[in-house]
Amino acid sequence: MIHFDQVHKRYPNGREALAGVSFKIEQGELAFLTGHSGAGKSSILKLIALIERPSRGQVFINQQNTAGIKPRGIPKFRRSLGVVFQDHKLLHDRPVSDNVALPLIIAGVARREIDKRVRAALDQVGLLGKEKSRPLELSTGEQQRVGIARAVVGKPTLLIADEPTGNLDPQLALEIMRLFKRFNDVGVTVVVATHDVHLIDQFGARRIVLDQGRVCAP
Amino acid sequence: MSLQAYFARHTQTLIGSLGRIVHQPFATLMTMGVVAVALALPLFLNLLLTNVHAATGNWNNAFDLSVYLDKKADAGRAAALAKQLRLRGDVAAVRVITADQALAEFRQDSGFGKALDALTDNPLPDTLVVTPALDASTPGGTDALKLAIGALPDVHTVQLDTEWVKRLYAMLDILRRVILLTGGILGLGVMLIVGNTIRLDILNRRSEIEVMKLVGATDGFARRPFLYSGVWYGLGGGALALILVAIATGVLARPVDALAKLYGSQFHLRGLPWTLGACVVLVAVALAWLGSWLAATRHIRSIDPT
Repeated sequence: MIHFDQVHKRYPNGREALAGVSFKIEQGELAFLTGHSGAGKSSILKLIALIERPSRGQVFINQQNTAGIKPRGIPKFRRSLGVVFQDHKLLHDRPVSDNVALPLIIAGVARREIDKRVRAALDQVGLLGKEKSRPLELSTGEQQRVGIARAVVGKPTLLIADEPTGNLDPQLALEIMRLFKRFNDVGVTVVVATHDVHLIDQFGARRIVLDQGRVCAP
Repeated sequence: MSLQAYFARHTQTLIGSLGRIVHQPFATLMTMGVVAVALALPLFLNLLLTNVHAATGNWNNAFDLSVYLDKKADAGRAAALAKQLRLRGDVAAVRVITADQALAEFRQDSGFGKALDALTDNPLPDTLVVTPALDASTPGGTDALKLAIGALPDVHTVQLDTEWVKRLYAMLDILRRVILLTGGILGLGVMLIVGNTIRLDILNRRSEIEVMKLVGATDGFARRPFLYSGVWYGLGGGALALILVAIATGVLARPVDALAKLYGSQFHLRGLPWTLGACVVLVAVALAWLGSWLAATRHIRSIDPT
């Protein structure tokens, strides 16, 4: 599903975020990217979402070399995966339902179908009944769940999350992680970047530990 | 995507963008107002031009030709020439003023009655006053007629007092070009105004565009609401421009009527024809759309999610 092959990433400011990273994540797997901040977790997720491009090495998603995806093809590629951000990245002037519907509206799904799937996605994250609320009227944990609903509403086969529990207290963080586990249980490949080692101890999932841009031996 | 979904989506964006600009009534009215002023100025000048044309178009007798015959011509020659000229297609009417009539008129109007009695001979020639046909009543048409009549036998001089008409037409021609130039420049202005408004709008909503791109929106999708905003600005500005011109016409109608009456004319100020009004709104929408397209395409492309 995901294959990093000797990937280097150096940013324009000269910082080397990844220094020859190689790993594979199989379809249907749940994997945690861990390591200190600055270890390269976010860079890996950005390379998967084509927000950044590798300086050297190759990234394969679904057997497709991402180097072959031209800028024009990026929007279509992004629609095939679900992304959850630490700061949620919600549209604050739109109700929850519009936020969750955004990927479907972009994909041109019919209105009736959108309503149905938005309700289904909100149901999965336990926010049914909050459709009309504005994001800022919700708690941080609820906002994060709106972000997750938006990421899964398009039924992606790959779900990636960057520090999704970063701003949450342990109880809420655990609930969010369980949510990801539940999506993984129904076959979605899930990659979560987190520095919260205690939290992921409770899940028997695979860990990819990063240190200074390199993958550490397990 | 089905056609129905496509239209539904566009309609939704159209309404959504209207809702957004209505939410900022002051800023929206400002932009529409600037667009309206830029459009109303050339429109008003054009209205002025049309009205001057309409007003001077009625003065056909300004083009009358005075044909003076040779003193040596026979007495019946004037009537014969008049008959001949009346057959021409570019002549509407011919009036004969014999030498005797002319002298009588002159005696009456000039106040030289006594002095004229001293003359043994009538110094005035027979005269024909030729009114050109309507379609020949142009500086060019009357010039041709003047040449033709001047070449006839027994015609001494043909006098045509159209210099001032020629000057007026030349001025109107310059005014027409000025209007075209002003219209072009201000049209460019409309594009820039709307483009700049859209640019600021995009900067204000940068994070929203970033989010859209992150979840897979194409540049075209992110651009669409801004294009519709531009269309609304153009539509509102165009309509406002028509209202401004209508107000100006209304304010001027009464004094113009009064002036026309003083000249004994039936002239009324003409308003903007509805076809031109519709054209103006269409042009405004097109310019605004183009302006927002240029701004949106450029600035949305430069927004990259990080």
